[in-house]
Amino acid sequence: MAKLGPSGYSPYPVAVTEGVLTPPPGKALMFNEIVDEETAMREAAKAMLTRENPTIFPGPQVLYAWNEEAKKKAKLIKEMAEVLGAKIIPMYDYRPKYPKIDPEKEINPNHPNLTIWHNKIKACIFIGVHCHYANVALKIIRAETDCFTIAMCSLAGHEDAMITLRDQHAEDLEKFIRIAKEVKKELGK
Amino acid sequence: MSVKIFKINEELKEYMPQEIVDLEEKATWGNPKRGVMDLPYAKELVEEHSLCAGCPESAAFRYILASLPNPEDTIIVNSTGCTSLVFPHIALHTVHPLFGNQNAVASGIKRVLEWRFPDKVKDVVVIAGDGATIDIGLDCTLQSFFRQEKITTICFDNEVYANTGGQDSGATPKGMEFKMAPGGKQWDKVPMWQLAIDSGCHYVARLTVSSPKKVEQVVKKAIYVAREVGPTYIHLYTPCILEIGLNADQGLWEMRQRDKERFKFFEYMSDEAKEVIKKKKEEGLL
Repeated sequence: MAKLGPSGYSPYPVAVTEGVLTPPPGKALMFNEIVDEETAMREAAKAMLTRENPTIFPGPQVLYAWNEEAKKKAKLIKEMAEVLGAKIIPMYDYRPKYPKIDPEKEINPNHPNLTIWHNKIKACIFIGVHCHYANVALKIIRAETDCFTIAMCSLAGHEDAMITLRDQHAEDLEKFIRIAKEVKKELGK
Repeated sequence: MSVKIFKINEELKEYMPQEIVDLEEKATWGNPKRGVMDLPYAKELVEEHSLCAGCPESAAFRYILASLPNPEDTIIVNSTGCTSLVFPHIALHTVHPLFGNQNAVASGIKRVLEWRFPDKVKDVVVIAGDGATIDIGLDCTLQSFFRQEKITTICFDNEVYANTGGQDSGATPKGMEFKMAPGGKQWDKVPMWQLAIDSGCHYVARLTVSSPKKVEQVVKKAIYVAREVGPTYIHLYTPCILEIGLNADQGLWEMRQRDKERFKFFEYMSDEAKEVIKKKKEEGLL
């Protein structure tokens, strides 16, 4: 068990208690630094392409076809997984599962570390997860695992992710896929 | 809420667990004629439950969830107790308020939904134990009846505070002993069904869950009457087999015994409720 200190009892992300806040519009957060979105995307792609068992965790906002944007994003996520050579494990809802989840097939925000431990995931992307549950999951992953977390958020981002990309809509996903292809080429993969 | 929210994106369907795909393809959404007869064929809205083996509450849950006429637009307000262990597992919107104030919270939800979605039918159903309904929450329960809130209240009466070790509750019959009430209950059981009638409920039923079809009928009647007229109340006997010293396979037997005495089927309808029920029968919904 990680020693979180007082931030473990805080309802806010651990990074917030250390003074790290979400990036301003048009920028991204990489660890505790505000950087250009493209720089962060490049590093995110590199992490996914070089670390073991990269995985994308799509949430309900992209898993369900509840609007046109969600349908577009679902296609792009599949393409993204192919480019990054990543697995897709869904976080389809937020109900706690009893008696336990099947970590090969699903991730639950209440104990996301189980899926990460079981599959030995060293890099992951959260996308389409509602912010409050992304915050809970990212806080647990940050405390309990050595997984490199990337949050692709359609709102303001998540401080507890190693890389936070904010305001991510379909066109931003297309941009990320383009950058990932470039990085893949540079890495000779 | 729209049923469309359950439609999985085709591109990502292959990654979804079968139980979630089944919720979209095999659950009975958008069909007011759904009922307990669908149970063997349709996907249930409760995947697994965390109650004890053989618990009659789990049967009550299955029957009630199978009988809701409008599950995609139903919000369930629950309360602390054994039942609250199940709610996180069901595929409907649920709200867990403080112990005892479930009817007050349900009133607020119903009023906001009527204001926010005036053209849609939204049902609010309270499911709480006897402690929450009759003891700690009696004030909120009765006040919601007095105010004629259009909500359905279902009380799971196991006649004891079961998950805290067995203290007597208002619903415990006189003389009954429990592990933490060794002297026996000194007063009579609160006749909550009668209080509900006196407080203005338009449809009231008292029964055990030994007959699934009967549970379906009262749940549907209560919800239809609550939609159009005012508060409705269902008093269900769901014995705690652990606290009364029965085995996992004896819950049904226990309920059948009580069917003949203190939980003999009882139903009350106001004149307005009778009208609604008659109309629904003509429409083939009951």
